[in-house]
Amino acid sequence: MTTGGSDGQVPAIEVRDLHKSFGELEVLKGFDFHVNEGEVVCVVGPSGSGKSTLLRCVNRLEEPNSGQILIEGDDITDIDADVDALRSRIGMVFQSFNLFPHLSVLRNLTIAQRRVRHRSKGEAREVARQNLERVGLLDKIDASPSHLSGGQQQRVAIARALSMDPDMMLFDEPTSALDPELVGEVLAVMRDLAEEGMTMMVVTHEMGFAQEVGDRVVFMDDGAVVEEGPPEQVLSDPQHERTRRFLKMVR
Amino acid sequence: MAASAATSGARSTRRLTKRQQQKLVRGVLYVVFVLALAGLVLLADWETTRRNFFNAELARTMFPEVLTIAARNTILYTFLAFSFGLAFGLLLALMRLSSITPYRWLATIYIEIFRGLPALLTIFLVGIGIPIAFGTRWPTLVTITLGLGIVAAAYMAETIRAGIEGVPKGQMEAARSLGMSYTRAMVSIIIPQGFRIIIPPLTNELVLLIKDTSLLFVIGTTPATKELLKFGRDLLNINANATPLIVVGAVYLMITVPLTQLVRVLERRNARSR
Repeated sequence: MTTGGSDGQVPAIEVRDLHKSFGELEVLKGFDFHVNEGEVVCVVGPSGSGKSTLLRCVNRLEEPNSGQILIEGDDITDIDADVDALRSRIGMVFQSFNLFPHLSVLRNLTIAQRRVRHRSKGEAREVARQNLERVGLLDKIDASPSHLSGGQQQRVAIARALSMDPDMMLFDEPTSALDPELVGEVLAVMRDLAEEGMTMMVVTHEMGFAQEVGDRVVFMDDGAVVEEGPPEQVLSDPQHERTRRFLKMVR
Repeated sequence: MAASAATSGARSTRRLTKRQQQKLVRGVLYVVFVLALAGLVLLADWETTRRNFFNAELARTMFPEVLTIAARNTILYTFLAFSFGLAFGLLLALMRLSSITPYRWLATIYIEIFRGLPALLTIFLVGIGIPIAFGTRWPTLVTITLGLGIVAAAYMAETIRAGIEGVPKGQMEAARSLGMSYTRAMVSIIIPQGFRIIIPPLTNELVLLIKDTSLLFVIGTTPATKELLKFGRDLLNINANATPLIVVGAVYLMITVPLTQLVRVLERRNARSR
């Protein structure tokens, strides 16, 4: 079950020949992709290129049509796979935060710990406090999500995902719904996470973040990888015309 | 000819400003209202009306039973039917939303049938159907709960479904991405939010149910199981006097008006929290 890792290790995420269509529209056309443990991979590309679909297939929020997705060697597309257990190893951060509005910040962070990890109330609370501290929002522990700014909500959402002690984190355009002045605080939290060695797959339009924090950048268009490599190569010296055209538009 | 009449008409109304026109219309409406009221007062036989509808002595004899038996039963039946309707309605709503096709069909057929039939017919069918089908009479409270609850469940199922569908899709995705099962996500995340949305319409269903308890007479009642309207009608027949209807009407309003006011408050609060 071991392939694709650059140093022979099992990759954290490995995608093999992934196909995904929505009706007639083929979004992913035989996609191969991997993220190694501790690696930060930024996926960039024009909207409609399939990057969000790819990310959502990784924890099976979207059902792939064919192909394989291995999470630390375990096939999440296997019909017998315990998808819930696999998902709990993968933290996910959404563009629209998706905090639970009927629960306090603390309960947002503890509910899955209690119901999925079966942690005690005290332990779940302690983990929640640590992770809120990590994102700098310990003082909001008893607040309602609706009283937080977008940037604060997204940081709580990151803390919520971290409270499950995931092995890796998926970010689906985490700053796209934010006012420009709130983008920085979220990127700062993500930068800290990357420095701590978290395995991250980030779909983003923030080229500065990809350049600075990414270990590898994957540029995709029209359901396939156009080019990939270290950020300085892909973003500063792109080899393909399509990459150049895209970068010129977003810069 | 016609054209000149139209222009002269236009000129004469133009002499009144817009505000003056409004004043005139309002004045006319007031006069019509006062005339109608005066006609009613002059034409009605007030002495007979008072004797037949507002007989204080007869009204006094209705207490305390109108509250301790009739109102109590109305509230009890409403509570039982509402609880049954809510639980069964939730089940039907989840079946309607299920990915299993036969469940969806079953729930849809049930909902269409019992929303399409008059409630009276359903209650009647339950009342005579159970003794025939099972060979014995079931306890009155069970029959009542089923008779009213079967219909209530059909209406509430649609309300609950709308509430659940009103919860943004991202909520389910966030819950699942944390490793919750579909059922766990429904119970902890989706249903609590759905219910928050539908508390006002559910309270409306409760008011409708209170009034529908008046249909239960078709099941047959004993003096101890009479609800408000049956209680009032029996006294109407005994005394040949309509006062009991006025009294039970007032009791109905004492129960329903605070609830409809509550709905208004809740709706306003919901609107604000969005």
